[in-house]
Amino acid sequence: MTEEKVGAILVVGGGVAGVQAALDIADSGFKAYLIDQSPSIGGVMAKLDKTFPTNDCSMCILAPKLVEAGRHPNINLITNAEITGLNGELGNFEVKIRKRSRYINEEKCNGCGSCAQKCPVEAIDTYNKGLSDRSAIYIEYPQAVPLKYIIDREKCIGCGICQEICKPGAVEYEQEDTEATLKVGSIILAPGFESFDARLKTEYGYGRFQNVVTSIEFERILNASGPYGGLILRPSDGEIPKKIAFIQCVGSRDAQLGNNYCSAACCMYSIKEAIIANEHVPIELERTIFYMDIRAYGKEFDAYYSRAREEYGVRFVRSRVANVEEDPLTNDLFVHYVEDGEPKTEEFDMVVLSVGMRPPKNVEKLAEVLGIKLNQYKFCQTDTFSPIETSKPGIFVCGAFAAPKDIPESVVQASAAAAKATATIASERGKLITIKEYPPERDVSLEEPRIGVFICHCGINIGGIVNVPEVVEHAKKLPNVVYAEDNLYTCSQDTQVRIREKIKEFNLNRVVVAACTPRTHEPLFRETLSEAGLNSYLFEMANIRDQCSWVHMHEPEKATEKAKDLVRSVVAKTRLLETLKKPVTSVIPVGLVIGGGLSGMTAALELTRQDFEVHLVEREKELGGHLRHIYYLPGSENPHEMLKSIIKDIHENEKISVHLNTEIVNVEGYVGNFRTTIRSDGNEKQIEHGIIVVATGATEYKPTEYLYGTDARVLTQHELEENLAKDRFSAKTVVMIQCVGARTKERPNCSRICCGHAIKNALKIKEVSPETEVYVLYKDIRTYGFKEDYYREAANEGVLFIRYDDEHKPKVTQENGKLMVLAWEPILKTWFPIEMGTLALSVAVVPNHDSERLARMLKVPLTKDGFFLEAHVKLRPLDFATDGIFLCGLAHWPKLIEESISQACGAAARAATILSKKTLEVEGIVSYVDEDLCVGCGLCISLCPYGAIEKDERGIARVKEVLCKGCGTCGASCPKRAITMRQFTDEQIIAQGLAVLRGAVCG
Amino acid sequence: MSEKEEFEPKIIGFLCNWCAYAGADLAGVSRMQYPPNIRIVRVMCSGRVDPSFILEALKDGADGVLVAGCHLPSDCHYISGNFKALRRIKLLKKVLEQFGIEPERVRLEWISASEGDKFATVVKDMVDQIKKIGPNPLKGGIEA
Repeated sequence: MTEEKVGAILVVGGGVAGVQAALDIADSGFKAYLIDQSPSIGGVMAKLDKTFPTNDCSMCILAPKLVEAGRHPNINLITNAEITGLNGELGNFEVKIRKRSRYINEEKCNGCGSCAQKCPVEAIDTYNKGLSDRSAIYIEYPQAVPLKYIIDREKCIGCGICQEICKPGAVEYEQEDTEATLKVGSIILAPGFESFDARLKTEYGYGRFQNVVTSIEFERILNASGPYGGLILRPSDGEIPKKIAFIQCVGSRDAQLGNNYCSAACCMYSIKEAIIANEHVPIELERTIFYMDIRAYGKEFDAYYSRAREEYGVRFVRSRVANVEEDPLTNDLFVHYVEDGEPKTEEFDMVVLSVGMRPPKNVEKLAEVLGIKLNQYKFCQTDTFSPIETSKPGIFVCGAFAAPKDIPESVVQASAAAAKATATIASERGKLITIKEYPPERDVSLEEPRIGVFICHCGINIGGIVNVPEVVEHAKKLPNVVYAEDNLYTCSQDTQVRIREKIKEFNLNRVVVAACTPRTHEPLFRETLSEAGLNSYLFEMANIRDQCSWVHMHEPEKATEKAKDLVRSVVAKTRLLETLKKPVTSVIPVGLVIGGGLSGMTAALELTRQDFEVHLVEREKELGGHLRHIYYLPGSENPHEMLKSIIKDIHENEKISVHLNTEIVNVEGYVGNFRTTIRSDGNEKQIEHGIIVVATGATEYKPTEYLYGTDARVLTQHELEENLAKDRFSAKTVVMIQCVGARTKERPNCSRICCGHAIKNALKIKEVSPETEVYVLYKDIRTYGFKEDYYREAANEGVLFIRYDDEHKPKVTQENGKLMVLAWEPILKTWFPIEMGTLALSVAVVPNHDSERLARMLKVPLTKDGFFLEAHVKLRPLDFATDGIFLCGLAHWPKLIEESISQACGAAARAATILSKKTLEVEGIVSYVDEDLCVGCGLCISLCPYGAIEKDERGIARVKEVLCKGCGTCGASCPKRAITMRQFTDEQIIAQGLAVLRGAVCG
Repeated sequence: MSEKEEFEPKIIGFLCNWCAYAGADLAGVSRMQYPPNIRIVRVMCSGRVDPSFILEALKDGADGVLVAGCHLPSDCHYISGNFKALRRIKLLKKVLEQFGIEPERVRLEWISASEGDKFATVVKDMVDQIKKIGPNPLKGGIEA
C-alpha cells in the first residue's frame, strides 16, 4: 500500500451544495471533480423562482456560482454521469464512473441553440415539471452550465435536421456511453433529495385532478421563464385562480407512509409561494395554508411568517386536510378538513401540495457501491458530533442527503464537507492544481489605440438576421480600428488562434468581439488576450445576439443598424481602456478565532488540520462556552465526554495559542493582513493574522415572567437539565412553557432550539421518573428534520402537548405555597388549572451584550435582533461582506450542536480559501482616487458597502483594493469626480453611451 | 432617415450586470421580440449610474434613458447599490422637471435575471410612452 495520497476530491451532485463544496475545494489548492446525473448542474435551486425570507430571485443569485464552477481551472465538471464502482480507501480512492452519451460532442457544441430552434419534436419539459414542452435536442434551462446540448433519444425521431444545421458538427447520433476511473483522496456526497411523489397520497388527488399541483410545479408556474410566463394559470383551463389552498406535510410527518420526519423547509417555502403568488396575478388572490405546526425556526423566519399573515393577507388554518375532491364539470376543488373539532368543506380553484423531501433516487445502490450506511429513512447516517462524516472514512456528506434542510444550511454543510475532505489530504495541497503560465504582457501604455474587431455570425443566430459583413465594414471605418473581420463562431478554438495571430500581425493593442453576452463569454476572450501577451482588460464585447438579433428577428435592417450602433459604442469605450493590474496582497497564514465555545474550538481545530496556526481568544477563564451546561442529549451521545476530549485536543495542539480571560481591544488591517490588539489582566498584546472567525456565541434570556426568580420551583430548561443530571429532581408534575421571551413583540423570532430542549428534558423525566406528569404548553412544536422522532416518542411516552396562542397565554400563580398554572384547552375552549412541582421555562436565546462593540470593531453588521449578519442569508451564510471575516455558531443564530459543528467546519473551509494562498490576487476592476481632486469629504467611505475605502494620513480617500468589489457606487456619488471605477470610468461609460447617439459621424 | 415620417426614439439603457443585463439576455434566449430602439450600456451595478451619465445622454439627444438593476430590497449583488440608484434617480427626476424635461424620459426598473419578459415589456412600454411625449427637446438644440 502506498503512502502517497491524492490531492483531488470527488463531489457527487451538482446542486447548490455540491457546487459550493467544489468551489471551496478548488479555491484552497485541490482539484475537484464535480459529477452530476443531470446534463447540467444547478440542482433544485435552479428550478426555484424566489428564495425565503428575502424573496431573492433564485437564478440571479445561483447563476454566478454555476458559471464560476463551470470555468474554474481546478473544477472538472462531469455531467450526465453516474458512479459505478469504488476501490481503495481514504487518501487513495479509485472511483469508476459511467458518462452517458449526450449524442453531442461537448468539445464542439458552443451552445448556440440553432438545433433546438429547428427540432420538430415536442417532448415534455422536465425542468418545467412537465407543464410545458421542449424539443428533443435541448438544454435543461437557458442558463445551463455547461452550456452543451443533449439529445433525448427516446423522443428523437432521427430526422437529421439538427445534424444538418449544426455548423460546428457537434451532433453525433452514434456517440456511446464512456467509462472512466477517477483517482481521488476523498469524496463528498451531495446528491440532494427527491421530491415526495404526491401520487402516493391518493386522497389529495394529485395526478387525477389537473388543478392539484405540487409545490415545485407551482415554483415553476411562478417563474417568469416557467410554463405560463410567470402568470398563475390553472392547468385545466388556463384561467387565473382566485382561491388557492396550500396543503402542508404532504409526504412528511406521516407515519402511515413511514416518513415520520419533518422536511424542514416546506413551511417556509409555502409561505414564500403564498406571498409571491399575489404578485403574479392582476387580482387579489385568496391564499390559505393548511398546516399542523408552522416551523419558521430559521434566521428571521418568524418575522416573515408574521408579515405573511399581517401584511400579505395569507390565511393560516391549523388542520390536517382529510381529502380533496374535484367538481368534474368545473375542475374546482373541495378541500375537506376539521377545524376546532368541526368538519368543514371549502372550495378552491387550485391546490398546491407542499411535498416533502425524500432520499435521492437509487440511493441504496449508491450506498452499496460506496459502502456507506443509511439511516432508517434512507438518508445518510451521521452522528451529532460528526454531522459531516459518513460511516466510511474519507467519505463525507452535505446538504439534504444528510437530513432535509434549506439552502443556507446546505451551503454551510457543503463548506464544512470541503473542510473535512481537504483536511484528510492537507499534505497534498497544491499538487494537482493547474496554474496557467502566460507570456509576459506587452506594455501598450504609450501606444495609440489599435483596435481589432471580431464579429460573430454565431452560425445563423446573428448572421441570419444581422447583415454581418455590413457591420464589419462599419467597424473598419471607426477611429482607431485597424482591423475587422467576421467569424462563423468567434468563440471556437480555431478563432482563438486566429485572434492571437491578428493581434501579432496588426500589432493590435485592444480587442472588441461582437457576439453573444459577456456574462458567459468574456472570460474566454480575456484568456485569449492573455495568451497573446496583451493585458486581459484591454477587451470589450458588444452583445449583438442576445440583445439584438434574437430580439429583433423580424426587423433585419433595424437589427443591423442596432448592431452597428452597439459595435460603435463599444469601440468608443475600448479606445479609452487601460491596462489594469490585479491587486495583490500577501497573506499571513494564521487565523484568529474569537470565542472558545464549541463553534470556536471546532473552527480552530479544523484550521490546524489544514496546517494553519490559530489564536483562540476566549473572554472567560475556561473553554467550553455553552456546551459546559449541556449534560445529556436526546440520543445516546455524551456531550461532557465530547467537551473534555475537544478541550484536551485544543490544549495539546501545538498550532493553537489559547488566550483565556482575554478580550479584543482593537482590530486593524484587512483580509490577509489583520493586526489585532488583545488584552488579558491589563496586559495588551498584538497578534497578526490573515482571517478572523467570529464564534462569540449567544446567551440565555433571563425571564421576568411566570414568577421566575420569585418562586424557586420556576426554572429555565437549563436549570431543569442540571437538576435532572445531578439527581436533584423529584417533581410529580412538571409543566413546560415554550417561547418565553421569544416570538413576542420585542423579540419576534423563534429561538429554534427550545422545542428540542423541552422534549429532551421531557424524555429524560419520563426515563428517570416515569410516573411524573409532563405538560408542554406550546405555540408550534418545531422539531424539524429527524428531531420529529423525539416529538413522537415524547407523545408516546405520555407527555401532554397543549397549544396556546397569544390571546390565551398560560397564567402562573402561587397561592398558599401551591404553584399553579391556568392553561387554555383549545379544543374544549376552557381554562383548566394544573398544580405543579416544577415549572420549566423554555427561554429565548439572545445575543451577547458586547456583540455591538465587536461588530463596530470589525465593521460588520448585526440583524435587528442583534445577531451577526452574514454577507448573504442564502448563499454566503458563513462570510461577512468584509473579506476575510467569517461567522459561525450561536453568534449567527440559535442552533443545535451538530449545526454549530457544521458551521464551524464550514467557516474553517471558507477561511482556508484565503489562508492557503501565499498571496491574494483580486479582480482588477476596482475603484481608484485622483489624489489631486479628492477633498476628503468622506462620502465614498460612507457609501462603500465593503468598507473598502478609508482616509489616509493626509485625510484623503484611499482604496483598499483587495476589499473593493467593483460596484462603482463610490464613483457615482463623488462631488469632485475624484474617485472612479476602473474599466467603468465616467469617461468610458459616457463615451459608450454617446457614441450611440452620435451616429456614424465619428467615422 | 426622415424623422418626420415616424419618430423612432433612441433610448439608452444602463443595466446592471447581475440582474437586469441577465434579464435582457434571457429575453434574447427566449426570443421575446421588442422594438429595436434601445442601446444597452452594461455597468456592474445600478449604483454605478452617476446622474451625470443620464444628463449627458439627454443633452446629446437621447429620447429616453432606462436604468435597471436588481430587485429591492436584497437582490443586489453589491448589497445595497439598488437603493443608492433609487435615491439618485428620484432626485434626478425632480431636477429634470425643473428644467422642463419630462421626467418620464428617465425610468428606473428592477428586473431580475429570470424576468426576460419584464425587460421586453419595459422596453415596449417605454418606446410607446416616449413616442407619445415626442422627441427630446434638446435634440434640436444640439443640431442647431
